[in-house]
Amino acid sequence: MIATSPRRRALKVSSIALGLALALSAPAMAADLVISNWDGYMAPDAMAAFKTATGVSGEVVVHATNEEIMGKLIAAGGKGYDVVFVSSPFAEVLNKLGLTEPMDHAKIPNLANLYPEATKLPHDVGNSFSVPYTWGTTGLCYRSDLVKTAPTSWSDLLAPSDALKGKTTMLATDRWLLAAGQLDKGFSVNETDPAKMAEVKDLLISAKKTLLAYDDTTFYSKLVSGEALMVQAWDGWCNYGIAEKPEIKYVIPKEGSDLWVDTMVVMKASEHKDDAFKFINFMLDAKNHAWAAQNIDYKVPNKPAMESLPADFLAKFPNMAMPVADLVKFEQLRDVGEAQRDYSKIVSEIKAAQ
Amino acid sequence: MAPALVWLTALMVVPCALMLALAFFRRGIYGGIDYTFTLENFGLVFDPLYASIFLKSARIAGTATLIAVVIGYAAAYAISAAPRRWQPVFLFFAVLPFWSNYLIRTYAWIVLLNREGLITQLLRWSGYTGEPPSMLYTEGAVIAGLVYNYLPFVILACYAPLSRLNPELAEASRDLGASAATTFRRVILPLTVPGIAAGAVFVFVLSIGNFVTPALLGGGRFQMIGNLVYDQFLTANDWPFGAALAMALIAIMLLVLMAQALAADRASGRAAQAVGGTDG
Repeated sequence: MIATSPRRRALKVSSIALGLALALSAPAMAADLVISNWDGYMAPDAMAAFKTATGVSGEVVVHATNEEIMGKLIAAGGKGYDVVFVSSPFAEVLNKLGLTEPMDHAKIPNLANLYPEATKLPHDVGNSFSVPYTWGTTGLCYRSDLVKTAPTSWSDLLAPSDALKGKTTMLATDRWLLAAGQLDKGFSVNETDPAKMAEVKDLLISAKKTLLAYDDTTFYSKLVSGEALMVQAWDGWCNYGIAEKPEIKYVIPKEGSDLWVDTMVVMKASEHKDDAFKFINFMLDAKNHAWAAQNIDYKVPNKPAMESLPADFLAKFPNMAMPVADLVKFEQLRDVGEAQRDYSKIVSEIKAAQ
Repeated sequence: MAPALVWLTALMVVPCALMLALAFFRRGIYGGIDYTFTLENFGLVFDPLYASIFLKSARIAGTATLIAVVIGYAAAYAISAAPRRWQPVFLFFAVLPFWSNYLIRTYAWIVLLNREGLITQLLRWSGYTGEPPSMLYTEGAVIAGLVYNYLPFVILACYAPLSRLNPELAEASRDLGASAATTFRRVILPLTVPGIAAGAVFVFVLSIGNFVTPALLGGGRFQMIGNLVYDQFLTANDWPFGAALAMALIAIMLLVLMAQALAADRASGRAAQAVGGTDG
């Protein structure tokens, strides 16, 4: 759900057609280690390099969305996978369901590379069951050459000026769509109070009238083409737009953002836990982790990896250079349990509104 | 018979029964299924919110069906009136789009309809200077996409009875003094109702459950029942409610199929009469 690199777009679209069909299919079991990750979210030669370094062979299967891999893991009790990449609220759910293996810190010396802040994330203080792989913010991505005054608030998106009407998009995924309204109202991004959520719903229904589309796969290309002038975007995806058109800029509204975190977890049902920890240790190696920052343009919570990024790269994508202390000020999306059903209903109401 | 029965059971009855069973349970707190019996999912289908999405889907699918039938029947009529040796060629061109992927055909509409798309460029070329029209991400775009994608079904379904029509019937009608319009209305149209009904059912049933077209051409701003089912299964992780919605959708489709069977039955009765059948 969070973010997928451009390489992952095609896959996400085909998942619309194939998602259900694949939901219960198990991965092939030929290799020793089975990793499930988003397509293009790690170096293409990572498994070969891992084998050279450790002698352990592994296979990567891809999932298009958090929900897809969650369906498979819950249906099969976590069997068939060793290491899985999921966003933090989903890691939290896997842990609550008892499907995750506690992280054996002694077997992952590269945990020392993590920023101290990345070891205290509220969803898993002390990295007891998950290790952060990438993190970032959700904000406004806009065409600085075509938008007269730079946006500063979520209201610039939710109640746009006449010039922007019909030229804005919001993310289609439930939690982030709601988060824009929650933040604008000054609520928590995990707010579940029905009265407050009714306010958020009304706000988002009125915003809908000014939207071009709900889009979480092609919004940055709409910015590049000028079809949209301002969009709600994950920072890494805004970077894809910036890479194609330097006039595109990213801003975090004054009301704030959420802190999204994509994590790695080891499955309790894994039969190769030692090798799974070796794999996580390998990914946390500064050089390997820097690959993610430089190739998928997402911030990584790895101090030496971030410090190795070239100056011209940081100049091109200013949000990559955001200080960690500023990043962790934002609230993480957390699992909201039973309230998820209300969230789904509110989103249905927004999307069904005229 | 036996292999067909095994096939039907394995691929139709068993999966549908599983889904039906799921609909009677609750969503677990973290997704998954909590095996406590409940009827609340079926109750929720009639919640004004979800009922309104059903109605809206039916309206969009109905409009698409109407447009597809008018265009498709006219096309089938034209093809059946063409010289015999050309008919297979025209039919070939009518079904040609089926040879490419549904998604690709739908994306092609995005290229056509977007604000700086081909249609806007054509307008500009012909001297239009105003704001580019907003065509993409509207209900019209969704309907256009559905009509386009399912039109070949209507053409094929209408072509079959039209091409089998005995030309002597039209001749007889004219000899008896009927105008071309009356001949069409009272002879040709009634005899081809089964084809129209079959084509209409194809478009309606495929449209009402569709979720790719509203997602891509509606920009997510138009939610149809297919999108709702998709969201329950893949976003909300509420399989029981998704299953209940899917069952309601299947029930609607069965009703439509029964109506079609009825229409076809009546029409074949009329056809028997028209050709001086036994019950005349």
